[in-house]
Amino acid sequence: MKFSNEEIRKIAHLARININEIEANKVSEKLQGILGLIEQMTQVNTDGIEPMAHALDITQPLREDKVTADDIRDKSLNLSQETDQSLFIVPKVIE
Amino acid sequence: MEKLSLKELSDGLKAKKFSSVEVTQFFLDRLDRYNASINAFITVDNEKSLKMAKRSDEIIKEGRQDYLTGIPIAQKDIFCAEGWKTTCGSKMLDNFISPYDATVISKFNNAGAVNLGKTNMDEFAMGSSNETSYYGNVKNPWNIKNVPGGSSGGSAAAVAAMLAPAATATDTGGSIRQPASLCGLTGLKPTYGLVSRYGMIAFASSLDQAGPMCHSAEDCAAMLNVMSGHDSRDSTSIKRDKENYLNGIHDPIKGLKIGIPKEFFSEGLDTDVEKIIEQGIAEYKKLGAEIVDISLPNNHLSIPVYYVIAPAEASSNLSRYDGVRYGYRTKEYDDLMDMYCKTREEGFGEEVKRRIMIGTYVLSAGYYDAYYLKAQKIRRLISEDFSKAFKKCDVILGPSAPSVSFPIGDKKEDPLKMYMQDVYTISTNLAGLPGLSMPAGLINNLPVGIQLIGNYFSEAKLLNVANIFQMNSDWHHLSPKGFE
Repeated sequence: MKFSNEEIRKIAHLARININEIEANKVSEKLQGILGLIEQMTQVNTDGIEPMAHALDITQPLREDKVTADDIRDKSLNLSQETDQSLFIVPKVIE
Repeated sequence: MEKLSLKELSDGLKAKKFSSVEVTQFFLDRLDRYNASINAFITVDNEKSLKMAKRSDEIIKEGRQDYLTGIPIAQKDIFCAEGWKTTCGSKMLDNFISPYDATVISKFNNAGAVNLGKTNMDEFAMGSSNETSYYGNVKNPWNIKNVPGGSSGGSAAAVAAMLAPAATATDTGGSIRQPASLCGLTGLKPTYGLVSRYGMIAFASSLDQAGPMCHSAEDCAAMLNVMSGHDSRDSTSIKRDKENYLNGIHDPIKGLKIGIPKEFFSEGLDTDVEKIIEQGIAEYKKLGAEIVDISLPNNHLSIPVYYVIAPAEASSNLSRYDGVRYGYRTKEYDDLMDMYCKTREEGFGEEVKRRIMIGTYVLSAGYYDAYYLKAQKIRRLISEDFSKAFKKCDVILGPSAPSVSFPIGDKKEDPLKMYMQDVYTISTNLAGLPGLSMPAGLINNLPVGIQLIGNYFSEAKLLNVANIFQMNSDWHHLSPKGFE
């Protein structure tokens, strides 16, 4: 499996990470190595094996939807680079 | 003072030989003197720590002392602690002051322990050498030209250099056990779900588990007593009766069946490390254990499986770092997409970006079945190997890491070599089992760890088996030169 720079840039875009041409070359080489490692899996017959998502078979617990901390709004907003009253501010997305 | 066990510190506080403020100041002074040489801490705040110590002294005065009351504990910088900078070793969170406490942190607070500071770590816990931290690499106190292991390298170095009596750590693929091995400590990764993950910054959610990093098994038991327990704020936290891990820690181990997996002694294991593991096995025989041969035939697949599952989960978990609500935001951008992409380009380090991209790739359209689903199926095979093995033995013994600590820079440019550091630890994370590493010897003055793996919720047994070894050996009492 060999990645072209175009493929690397596509993956980087899906991951929302900017990548320049020089980095793309470097990343391509390293990702190929890791993919080679991962491809050892193809040698294993897994017909009829149930996939395992979690270590222990537990069911999703349910809880009541209630407020447990009511002083968290301003504390949380303060962590953002840009806010306006109770809103997080991002660049305009709708014209 | 720096060599006292948690029990001795606890007894000393009770007998008023010293106060919590004195103990805390003592370790803060040691930090001041030695931390620059090993870079084990990211954040130290004398004022905050001493304020907590004063509160602990009040609790002791009122006669409400618990085992860890008044004892300063170093916290891995992956745990959110209210009012403390919590970075996870990343530039992305360099400006993040946590507005809340992780459950692990509040449990230590409720026990009256003192937060001694936040320890350095590989960025977002991705690494086995503590070289991916935004805050610079941690150095191994046993040889400061070498790595301490990772990702909990700061916690390991801090305890090994006796800058803290004990520390918390986390383990996704070996991040407690491998640094414990490389720094000569006892570290325990509990069963998945035993310790709450609430407020513990997520890497790979189906594998992440917190545990203690200490000198001895007895100290680990005392720490686990505080850390463990069901938490409704973590949906994967297990509901079960709380145990006292100090009970039965001295029980004799005569007749204990120790399984030796032949796959843990194959190619890749340093021959000197192998000798020390063999000596450990011989010691257990002398102590009355029975040695049985077992096999974990799919262990060699644990690294490939891990490097699908962990990056896949990481790519999802780390999508939250978008520069909008908290953390780093790039300075100049044209539009929202540009802001996301530049923020993540600048805020994440090389290894983290690499893993996000692998995760993104294996989850992308058309590849899901070939990679992610396949990995989950093999994960079951790996897990079933353990179930079969535990029909023949009580605990499994092998090396924690294939080698001793290696020079800084040695494997940094070769991720595949670095990933091999976790070849004996990853399978227990995939299966969700508890695993412990304890010091068992030295090679050229560098520590070697023995790993013990138990069945689900057998932490008490693992700590008992390790403690009996430590009652009959001195490896866990050794400390590196230059920190006395």
